[in-house]
Amino acid sequence: MTQEAIFAGFGGQGVLSMGMILAYSGMLENKEVCWMPSYGPEMRGGTANAITIVSDDYISSPIISRFDSVIALNQPSVDKFESRVKPGGMIIYDSTNILTPPTRTDITIYNVPGSAEAVKLKNIKVLNMLMLGAFVRATKIVKEETITEALKQVLPERYHKLVPLNMEAFNVGTSFVTN
Amino acid sequence: MGDLKLMKGNEALSEAMIRAGCDAYFGYPITPQSEVLEYLAREASQRTGMVVLQAESEVAAINMIYGAAGAGRRVMTTSSSPGISLMQEGLSYIASAELPCLLANVVRGGPGLGTIQPSQADYFQSVKGGGHGDYKLIVLAPSSVQEMVDFVKLGFELGEKYRNPVMILTDGAIGQMMEKVVLFEQMPRKTEFPDWATTGKKPGKDRNYITSLHIQSEKMEEINLRLQAKYKEIEKNEIRYQAVNLDDAEYVFTGFGLVARICIKAMEMARAKGYKVGVIRPITVFPFPTQVYADIAPQLKGILDVEMNAGQMVEDVRLSVNGATKVEFYGRMGGMIPSPEEILENFERIYIKGETK
Repeated sequence: MTQEAIFAGFGGQGVLSMGMILAYSGMLENKEVCWMPSYGPEMRGGTANAITIVSDDYISSPIISRFDSVIALNQPSVDKFESRVKPGGMIIYDSTNILTPPTRTDITIYNVPGSAEAVKLKNIKVLNMLMLGAFVRATKIVKEETITEALKQVLPERYHKLVPLNMEAFNVGTSFVTN
Repeated sequence: MGDLKLMKGNEALSEAMIRAGCDAYFGYPITPQSEVLEYLAREASQRTGMVVLQAESEVAAINMIYGAAGAGRRVMTTSSSPGISLMQEGLSYIASAELPCLLANVVRGGPGLGTIQPSQADYFQSVKGGGHGDYKLIVLAPSSVQEMVDFVKLGFELGEKYRNPVMILTDGAIGQMMEKVVLFEQMPRKTEFPDWATTGKKPGKDRNYITSLHIQSEKMEEINLRLQAKYKEIEKNEIRYQAVNLDDAEYVFTGFGLVARICIKAMEMARAKGYKVGVIRPITVFPFPTQVYADIAPQLKGILDVEMNAGQMVEDVRLSVNGATKVEFYGRMGGMIPSPEEILENFERIYIKGETK
């Protein structure tokens, strides 16, 4: 199984971290992984994205232009990446702040009211974990329980007290995907 | 087996430097490789006592490298394109004085101050000289984070074996991306130094003298002949490359570093469409793996060379096949990266439909 995904949004929404947590999870499950961030001017306030590939096989190119999944946290990401989803692939988007949703009919579209749900958890910063929850439930590319361990590796120890909140958000995210 | 970690290319290179028993790093920060100095400043000195120093400029850094290499120490610097340009005078001196040292150029798009996005436009500078005079660097081109680790160790070894500066020619994408790496065990720092090193005159021995200045032409020509003989020896012993699916190949995609991996994906897509494509990736770009191209050329309908520049390595590929097959080029510049689809499309345009731009 291979999953070629792109996490995209504004700088500061935690899209790079989402990809990184997924990559760590893949590594913990002995899969091949590659995480390729945009590191250009986007980092300074515009749009940011991270291509993340998790695979049971050798990963040739870390650079890809067509994706199995797009996880979009803002409107420009839907506008930019909708056409680049492979037929049969999926888009997961934050329907709280993306007002013009994707329209393709040959892919699966999950609308997750991520920002609204994050506000209910009293911390908008967990939006990324929420969306990651939906992604992992939809793709099953890694086990949901691996995410907790990966979070501990990505977060510096002084932030480990935030792991439960992040996992709560993750679990809320999974509930928006029904198979 | 050593430690398995998920690391950024720049961090992996820094960790490898510490583990290889590097004695000193002199550098000046520049995107997209500032993580190197940050990582070393945080980790290096308390672990091995390695010297980590931010110089006042790249010119100063390379001259500190010159000095420490002259003292027989294992030394390294890193920079990105404009910074490496500033180091060229010092590199020429180091090559002339035959001192081992390791550099990494995490290339960004140029010319000029350019962009911080990845590029391969410093191939000529790395492989054909860069500074003044007839000299060569040994140039290693990693295509994965794992090779960023492996080539630090290999680079130090080759440099010390041939008393020659070695360059790791990589790019911003490999520097920034994260992959799994297996790290080698911590090696001890050296306690004994080569007999040519300037470590202080010993009683009963002549003093060591390191210089690149030889006013007498006869002497300077002698030095040049010695350097050229050494480069021949390096060409004989140290060629490294990766060849994929060449047995039945009618076409070859070729590129170095990151682009080679994009070529492998494009090759998989081409094979799925029935085109018999193989890939050649030079791992050492000096010494260049001339023979593998020469040997395969007669069985081919053509080669597509892909680079993130206007066409630099393609000249070496053409010299290697010497007219025995067609060599076409596709490239992106200024920080743009070609996608696998783009490579396949251009292959079909050139070789299947026979169109030219």
